[in-house]
Amino acid sequence: MATTLPHTETTQPSTLDLGARFPGVVSADTRPSFKGWIVPKENLIEVATVIRDEFGYDLLSNVTGVDYFPENKMEVVYHAYKTTGGPGLEFKVQVPREDPVEVPSLINLWPGVDFQEREAWDLLGIKFTGHPDLRRILMWEGYEGHPLRKDWKEPFHEEDFKPFKSRWPDGQFYYAEEKNPYQDNLKFPQDFDPEQWIPEGDALLYGSLARYTLPQEDGLGTDRIVLNMGPQHPSTHGVFRAALTVEGETIVGLKPVIGYLHRNHEKIGERNTYIQNMPFTDRLDYFNSMANNFGYALAVEKLMNIPVAERADYIRVIMAELTRVQNHLVFIGNLLNDLGAMYTPALYAFEERELVLDIFEAVSGARMMCNYFRFGGVVRDVPDDVMQKIKDLVYERLPAKTEEMDRFLTENEILVSRLKGVHVIDSETAVRYSMTGPVLRATGVPYDIRRADPYSIYDRFEFDVVTRTNGDLYDNYLIRLDEIWQSLRILQQAIKQIPQGPINSQKPQYQVRVPAGEAYGRVESPKGELGFYVISNGKPNPWRYHVRAPSFVNITPLEQICLGKKIADFVALFGVIDVVMGELDR
Amino acid sequence: MYGKGILKGLSVTWKRFWDTYIDDISWLLRGKKRYYSEEGIKHRSSKDQKGIFTIQYPEERLITPEEARYIPFLVYDEKPDGTQEQRCTSCGICAKVCPPQCIWIVRSNDPNTGRPIPEPTEFYIDVDICMNCGFCAEYCPFDAIIMDHDFELASYGRSVYNMEKLLKPASYYKSIRPGQYAKNEAERKAKEAAKAAKAAAAAPKA
Repeated sequence: MATTLPHTETTQPSTLDLGARFPGVVSADTRPSFKGWIVPKENLIEVATVIRDEFGYDLLSNVTGVDYFPENKMEVVYHAYKTTGGPGLEFKVQVPREDPVEVPSLINLWPGVDFQEREAWDLLGIKFTGHPDLRRILMWEGYEGHPLRKDWKEPFHEEDFKPFKSRWPDGQFYYAEEKNPYQDNLKFPQDFDPEQWIPEGDALLYGSLARYTLPQEDGLGTDRIVLNMGPQHPSTHGVFRAALTVEGETIVGLKPVIGYLHRNHEKIGERNTYIQNMPFTDRLDYFNSMANNFGYALAVEKLMNIPVAERADYIRVIMAELTRVQNHLVFIGNLLNDLGAMYTPALYAFEERELVLDIFEAVSGARMMCNYFRFGGVVRDVPDDVMQKIKDLVYERLPAKTEEMDRFLTENEILVSRLKGVHVIDSETAVRYSMTGPVLRATGVPYDIRRADPYSIYDRFEFDVVTRTNGDLYDNYLIRLDEIWQSLRILQQAIKQIPQGPINSQKPQYQVRVPAGEAYGRVESPKGELGFYVISNGKPNPWRYHVRAPSFVNITPLEQICLGKKIADFVALFGVIDVVMGELDR
Repeated sequence: MYGKGILKGLSVTWKRFWDTYIDDISWLLRGKKRYYSEEGIKHRSSKDQKGIFTIQYPEERLITPEEARYIPFLVYDEKPDGTQEQRCTSCGICAKVCPPQCIWIVRSNDPNTGRPIPEPTEFYIDVDICMNCGFCAEYCPFDAIIMDHDFELASYGRSVYNMEKLLKPASYYKSIRPGQYAKNEAERKAKEAAKAAKAAAAAPKA
């Protein structure tokens, strides 16, 4: 059986010896199957500066916490990468698990840690000292407790881990919601009057809006107005709220308020068994469930150290690239929707998306929630008639329609005058803010994980990492078209090369054994770097399951992007970041 | 020239506009039905599609591929003498693998010996919690639980399906998933043949 080796080597810590650079201070993580370096919290900023400036790891991709409840320890994990490519460097800080759990913030080195540190504070209760705006981000202000801690339990807590014992062999049915003492998980005080209620958290939120002062240009004194866009707003792509301060029409302050779709995906994931997480990853970025499956499968395969069947590798690439094509087409359609060209471009894009979804439905059984990947391969083979459909799309339909989209929009003077020159972000700021994906590439940084740190079989294909130089809205539009062409190139090669053979290197198992250890699997999802950080302690459920969602990290610099711009451009600026709420709020 | 790009773009919409008529008329001239026919629906979701894309649900429906999955159902075999034999042995794998834990099984016990017998007394699926992932059908060793194609499940209250509602004959399974059914039957026959061969080989020794 022809198989490819799992790509464990590429993500080993770099050969650069951080321990030799800081003798006696930094030590290697010696737990079996754990990687990286353990840094004392007193030296964290010093070591991180060296990692960034001397070693050249300029992109701090992932920050998250781990609660080692039995060992009475908390850990903060950082994954740093070079935008020039190559393996990453992982470093960790361990602190005793006693409140307040304090770790110095890295926000002055990498401002991109802003939201990720706030998330770790919110969900795990790790206080980042020096963070200027450490508020809750996914839960609401005034919420008690930190839900990702291992000793936190929801109102109706049946059992710590799935499968629940009450389901079999004596599965007497009951409604879970009837056992929930808060019914809808809400309880109001007796004399509660919604008209009089002033949310406590909002004072903090509006206070943090006034951090910036912009020079007045025309000398006319105007009042500042706080304007809430969302959570119910047609152009915020879901339940997203932006608290804006405007002076005239100029944005002088902006804070994204998110978490309306929060469901504590990571806690659900930590109580699931490994295989049970697969359909849940579909619900993250529901436009690209194939890409989500891909990332999670990679992470767990690294942990299990199993190969992927060769044919399955090709099928995975085909599915991941098809989903990228439809995502970018729909992105263009939705961007035009945001700009006011209602529906025609969006519906043209949706026609192609429907045809791609037909293929997903034929192979996986569902149009959006594909649940198609398994550890070691995919769930079922692509039949010949579906393969023919893919060929028809890749060779005939999609190139013609991408070309049509190009003809339809690219030179349109109204579109050009609306998009050109509205600067989104420059390359240096984008890297500091941990931005990835097309938005980063539109600024001129050729950072694509498929090339920088190849996973699966992407090293076998010829394609260009497309970049644009200006980083304005128009470049962000053009780069999506460019990427569709590159994806079609990859697809054509994959269809030619795909071998026959088994589609899974493992026997189908409903409960896989995963050895203890940690793994960070990342893929270039259509929106940016999608990473899954999984820690196993050898039990059937992961100890820690973290999603590094591109939508979530990419909106970190939203305030910087929008400062000084007109409010009419906010919708487009937010639109080009291409967020999906399922992934943003998790 | 300013406005050239707009005209170029408008030519695309213009072409699409006429395509709808041209396509309809060409189908008419060929004496075929573009709407409300299987051939027409197939055409409208193929690479050659031009013109009107919409499928007029519920009057017409997309052709569901065999793999499509919605709520699971339980399979029973119809014996020649008219009795129904459930395939489920209440082994509990589906309940254990179910990600949202929406399957509830009560295992039967022999009234005399108290030992478990391979048959469920009760089987519930909480349809409102089911996430249609298809794991139960995928990992069932007896092909006893299969994902249905019926997706019109809207209801006013909580829907919890019991055995009565879940059990469907194997002929129904065959009708919605012919390919998978044939594969399963072939596997089953091969297994039985292997068993028989093994028994035949072991018999002379004993």
